[in-house]
Amino acid sequence: MRKNLNVIAAYSIMMGLIILVGIFQSWNIALSIFNLCLISAVMTMGANIQWGYAGLINFGIMGFTALGGLAAVLISVNPVQEAWSVGGANILLSLFLIIGIVLAVRFVLKKYQKTKIRNYVIAAIIISGIIIIRLVSEPGIEAIEEVNPARTGFLGGLGLPIIFSWIVGAFFAGGLAFVIGKVALGLRADYLAIATLLISEIVIAIIKHEDWLTRGVKNVIGLKRPAPYEVNLQQTDWFINLVEKFNSGKLALISDITERQAALNQFVIEGSSIFVKLCYSGLFLVVVIILLILTQKALYSPWGRMMRAIRDNEEAANAMGKNVVKQHLLIFVLGSAIVGIAGAMLVTQDGLFTPGSYRPLRYTFLIWVMVIVGGSGNNFGAILGGFVVWFLWIEAAPIGLYLVNLTTAGLDDTHFLKVHLIESVPYFRFLMMGIGLLLIMRYRPKGILPEKIEIK
Amino acid sequence: MDFINAIILILNYIFVPALAYGSQLALGAIFVTLIYGILRFANFATGDMMSFGTMFVILFTWYLQSYGISFGVLPTALLAIPFAIIFMVSYMLIIDKFVFKYYRTNKSPPVQLAMVSIGVMFVTQAVVRIVIGPSDRRFFDGEKFLIKAGEFKEMTGLNEGLAIKSTQVITIIVTLILVSTLFWFLNKTKTGKSMRAYSDNEDLALLSGIDPKKIVMITWVIAGILATIGGTLYGLDKSFKPFTYFNNMLPIFAAAIVGGIGNPFGAFLGGYVIAFSEILLTYAYKKFFMYILPESMEPDGLIQLLSTDYKFAVSFSILVIVLLYRPSGIFKGKVL
Repeated sequence: MRKNLNVIAAYSIMMGLIILVGIFQSWNIALSIFNLCLISAVMTMGANIQWGYAGLINFGIMGFTALGGLAAVLISVNPVQEAWSVGGANILLSLFLIIGIVLAVRFVLKKYQKTKIRNYVIAAIIISGIIIIRLVSEPGIEAIEEVNPARTGFLGGLGLPIIFSWIVGAFFAGGLAFVIGKVALGLRADYLAIATLLISEIVIAIIKHEDWLTRGVKNVIGLKRPAPYEVNLQQTDWFINLVEKFNSGKLALISDITERQAALNQFVIEGSSIFVKLCYSGLFLVVVIILLILTQKALYSPWGRMMRAIRDNEEAANAMGKNVVKQHLLIFVLGSAIVGIAGAMLVTQDGLFTPGSYRPLRYTFLIWVMVIVGGSGNNFGAILGGFVVWFLWIEAAPIGLYLVNLTTAGLDDTHFLKVHLIESVPYFRFLMMGIGLLLIMRYRPKGILPEKIEIK
Repeated sequence: MDFINAIILILNYIFVPALAYGSQLALGAIFVTLIYGILRFANFATGDMMSFGTMFVILFTWYLQSYGISFGVLPTALLAIPFAIIFMVSYMLIIDKFVFKYYRTNKSPPVQLAMVSIGVMFVTQAVVRIVIGPSDRRFFDGEKFLIKAGEFKEMTGLNEGLAIKSTQVITIIVTLILVSTLFWFLNKTKTGKSMRAYSDNEDLALLSGIDPKKIVMITWVIAGILATIGGTLYGLDKSFKPFTYFNNMLPIFAAAIVGGIGNPFGAFLGGYVIAFSEILLTYAYKKFFMYILPESMEPDGLIQLLSTDYKFAVSFSILVIVLLYRPSGIFKGKVL
């Protein structure tokens, strides 16, 4: 108990802050911050597994998040029958061709010695394959994109409940991580960082511009929900009764019946959106807790010890007979899969998929700030980092506004400096993140909750 | 005649723009490579440092313009560059003193320095956005075209016009002057040689009496100059927007690594490799083939290898391929 005092203290302060937001701003805002904190926590856990456990640097978090989001679309949207009938065959054929190319390249790689000729053959297979695929898929893609472009214009998905996408998203992200890992894990740390950053940009470019698959920048809106809709809730009897019971004290103060009815309606509308957010919080919390238990178990298992050994001294671990390359690949896939889950959760919560919104600053660098600030190698630290940083990211604007007003109190309201500063309040979040990161790196390089190895 | 038309077409749409874009990338790539070679970390704040320098140039340009000072046919920004460089270099030295120095003296691993540079990136980005705002700004003035497409057509009687923007010419000339001065400095002067020695083998350089403080300072000064000028040239040619500058970091990194990181000359050429391949692979060659092929063989499609949406993806794919087959870059940088 004593040992975990700082963890408990840190988490209670964090929850206290969110509750304060609930009291002073609104419960709606507090809950949406809390939900995104939970999603960020899942992302940081994924990054923490890679960086904290194994020392692998992955700047491609944005790409895995986007793939998770893509999974949400492909699982939950109803299939567009018409699009399938006009272009489905071409797309399926292209898919087989891609598999064919991969197999052919593998065959050549396995069968023949490493020579110049082999390289040329592989290049020839890939280039001719790409040309054939373009010829095959082009008419199909055009046909698909012409099917009712304002509303669909893509193949759609499988029409399953969106919650399945959390698992599928993990597989998508894990699959991509497997390919990247095979290719890039041999690189030195900072090269790996740059390579993953650029690969994630390629992933985003594909998601943005392959309209037949993702609708691209036209966005997919109105995804299914695992939680009830507000509008339906507002008409359900048990919910209205619940809200009435909850607010009976306030309602009793109003004597006029019509006024009371109006107040009750107001409460029901507010309550419905809070209730929906609470449903999401519950779902996300379950995911976070399951992941936390699993990662904690893994950290203190023989496998976790081996990972730390590899992280701290690769050569020694290798000499002890541990397969460093294989373990690195495994942990890269696992961490990325967790990020994929978070990506699917994010799209589930928003109910829409907007490929244009994936930017490295928000989805890669911010997550890294979370990991570093929270404490790499410590799962509780990583989750806390997700909470603290996301909270500051959202609340930076109000805090910045307060600071600006405080420092320029002597100036006239129309003074150009004051107007300018108030206009640029949204950018104070970058300043806060940067200074926070620099201070933590300098004075507490292991994060708020540092890694702690207990030998049990 | 058709053949000449085809050549002019290629010059107009591929060669000149790629040369200008490549020069802008090359300056950024040399900046990255110098920091990597001498201070030994991947600087993720590259794009934002460039936008920081450009911001000063824009502010000084406005200041000069408010006094009615201009540079004739050339953009006023060229006059503002020296003042901006002073501010930029002092900013970099301050950042180095308060942020990077601590990790350097502690001999932290490069990854940690890269993380620190992310912190610097956030701060710089915030300062730029707070001071000048996130919107798109054009600060070009003076003569816009050196050769206009219409005039060229009249002059030569060809079907295809060749338009050369003055910013493109300025970019190429300034880059050439700057880069040749830099290479002269690195190869011929004593300080430059000691910089290269320090980059090559730190311990040996220290043993032979090279002052590391001086080397680091000079590196930041050169980096400041490169960042400011590179950023300004890009801004003059296209426009200034902090977000674009941040994104430009990615092709710049690609150029530096393709050229062999730590090798300034490689970085210089890497910029052009990236620029040319981006434009060559995403250009629609339909018109070109219409000129050189007989009428019966005219193509129906656009003859575009990749859609322009994948412009960035091209340079990143090149980078990945280079990393796989020649991790030290095409022109042999540090072996990593």
